[in-house]
Amino acid sequence: MKLSLPEEELVGSGNLACQGCGATLAMRYVLKALGQRTVLCIPACCWSVIDGPFPYSCLGVPVYHCAFETAASTASGVKAGLEMVGDTETTVVAWGGDGGTFDIGIQALSGAAERNDDIIYVCYDNEAYMNTGIQRSSATPYGAWTTTTPVKHFKDRPKKDIDAIMAAHRIPYVATGSVAFPEDVYKKAKKAKDIKGTRFLHIFAPCPTGWKSRPEDSIKLARMVVQNSIFPLYEIENGEKYTLSIKVKDKKPIIDYLKLQGRFRHLTEDEIKLMQEEVDKNWERLLRKVESSG
Amino acid sequence: MTKKKDAKKIIFQSEKDMPMMPMSLGSMLYNKTGAWRNIRPVVDLENCIQCGICWKFCPDMSIYIENEFPYVDYDFCKGCGICAEECPVKCIAMVEEVK
Amino acid sequence: MKKVIMGNHALSYGAMLARSQVIAAYPITPQTQVVELLSEMCADKTLDARFIKVESEHSAMAACIGASITGARTFTATSSQGLALMHEMLHWASGGRLPVVMGDINRSMGPGWSIWTDQNDSLSQRDTGWMQYYCASNQEVVDTVIQAFKVSEQLAIPGMVVLDAFALSHTYEVVDIPDQAKVDEFLPPFKPQVKLTPDDPHAFGGLTSPEHYFELRYKLQKDMEKAPALIEETGREYEKLFGRYLGLVDDYLCEDAEIILVTSGTPGYTARGAVDDMRKSGIKAGNLRVKVFRPFPFEHIRRIVKNAKKVAVVDRNISYGHHGMFFQEVKSALYGHDNSLPVFGFIAGLGGRDIMPSSFREVVEIALAKDKPEEEIIWIGVKR
Repeated sequence: MKLSLPEEELVGSGNLACQGCGATLAMRYVLKALGQRTVLCIPACCWSVIDGPFPYSCLGVPVYHCAFETAASTASGVKAGLEMVGDTETTVVAWGGDGGTFDIGIQALSGAAERNDDIIYVCYDNEAYMNTGIQRSSATPYGAWTTTTPVKHFKDRPKKDIDAIMAAHRIPYVATGSVAFPEDVYKKAKKAKDIKGTRFLHIFAPCPTGWKSRPEDSIKLARMVVQNSIFPLYEIENGEKYTLSIKVKDKKPIIDYLKLQGRFRHLTEDEIKLMQEEVDKNWERLLRKVESSG
Repeated sequence: MTKKKDAKKIIFQSEKDMPMMPMSLGSMLYNKTGAWRNIRPVVDLENCIQCGICWKFCPDMSIYIENEFPYVDYDFCKGCGICAEECPVKCIAMVEEVK
Repeated sequence: MKKVIMGNHALSYGAMLARSQVIAAYPITPQTQVVELLSEMCADKTLDARFIKVESEHSAMAACIGASITGARTFTATSSQGLALMHEMLHWASGGRLPVVMGDINRSMGPGWSIWTDQNDSLSQRDTGWMQYYCASNQEVVDTVIQAFKVSEQLAIPGMVVLDAFALSHTYEVVDIPDQAKVDEFLPPFKPQVKLTPDDPHAFGGLTSPEHYFELRYKLQKDMEKAPALIEETGREYEKLFGRYLGLVDDYLCEDAEIILVTSGTPGYTARGAVDDMRKSGIKAGNLRVKVFRPFPFEHIRRIVKNAKKVAVVDRNISYGHHGMFFQEVKSALYGHDNSLPVFGFIAGLGGRDIMPSSFREVVEIALAKDKPEEEIIWIGVKR
């Protein structure tokens, strides 16, 4: 039996994640690539809780739980500290959700990226503030229900393009990933590990609790989102070179993806049409970037 | 191989037994999340094609490989159903948990 | 080696001699010279340290915390708005039991924008679990920073060394800069009990339920209670090597004083001169300059004011809706011990308004004229 990933687990069972949690899978795959000589800085997010309460941890690597906006700044400090105490080998990772990355933590992230601090920032994106009970973030997609974007006033702003923002910092490596493609996540994390400077991984992580989807559908949703190009898989090197990871041939319509989630149930045909047009436009824009950086 | 480790709940009798700062002293393996289940996966090993997909997609690391076949660790499996959903030959059935 | 340096540079020298390893700082008037000199020292390798040019004070403290948990000695400096911005992270450093040392230049809080001195910025942080040292000379600054590292690392409690904006930060004084080899003898490398490393993985700061949080904070307080004795012991060790003793208070002519001024920062030195003048005109005044505000020196204050007839506390700060904060705390120290000793509370010098020898004269005259203090604040120097 040939497993496509190393068998050793650095994330343990008994953790407090919901059934079908995409965030746990994201951690599982990234840590398989980065190995045990890794330290994590985890701000307030689902993973603050998934790891387990004091005095326990489900992880086989050291963790510093830090304040909400400080994943990147704490990681910058950890990296500097480790080097000064003689450890230049350990990989320093800031590991946060979309809330702590796109919103409250973006200043620290931008600061670290501008300085090109030698850290890997991984954002697992479940598209809302899930840990505090499903409030909207700037990563929440257009059309989604959350507790702060109720059906009568659903989220009517597009998802913030964090990857373009990170690319604008001209950091050596930006990549998107999805938990439905673990080998791709693994490869990208491994690649990031060997690069110096700020590296940003943006991993799509379904949340059955917040999306009102079935727990067993999490991988399916993470796959569909790539196949319909809502969340394309690609890399940006040095802010300029765009490479698609998966060449999506027959782009699937988004309706099948939307139908599996309660958070989109209220959408009308017109609204879905608008969303499809937006997805198509974004995809075309990305293809142009890939071509022109060719 | 199973990674079963004997993990215990940690109780502090006094502040003197506690670390100075909040830090972990043990693993979460004391917490048997199998109790969360309403349905449990049952693998039909005869039809299993040993692709490893169920092992790969389990968010609770509750499928382990032994003698080249997948086994469910029912102490921790939360019954999310991803393994059954993703199995390419549909040889995993989700059955009602009986108490 | 004697040099003429400004207060800000005294902080830099202290941090350098203490062999700080990671410095993360953001500029703010009037702290900028602290970090500029440290930046130079790092660049020309006078100091072997990483200088992280963070993009805000909040990130500065976050980065210091990240560095400190790996076992690196960390330092930063800020003032006023920057300190206020760090507030959340101050709690994180103390609750996280990390011995970060920070210089704070006491500067007024806006609005309106003020770059001049008063103590509201640092005193607003008195509840965060940080030790607080108030300096009145550049020599004190260098000596305090070095000793602060030693005390903080032994107790695993962070500490801030406070200087008045401009009155101390930008004033040039002769400073005897300690010899590096002797500082190394006094202050060994930082060796924490636990740190963030894959060699011994732990998760720090996880979700802590009511079942455990209380005890963890009990431990912080208990360790802070060891600080007064430790500061004195450390001070005596320092005195053996460098000939100067700091301690928690600077009491001047208090033994036979009938009225004792309680002061802090540079006004504490001005008060000494005022006391000398008053003695010449027959007023038996004394000055108690508080050097360590956290932990609060209860015993020292009780002992020193024991024989006085009146105490006059001069605060360069105010807790709105209440009173000056040194006044509050001095009174609380005496409650239950000497309830009959009248303690008068004065507020002067907010926003950098000069506190002059004549201000102290006014304070003493008002206190001497009243039998008992009133509830109300006595304002010195406000144009009414």
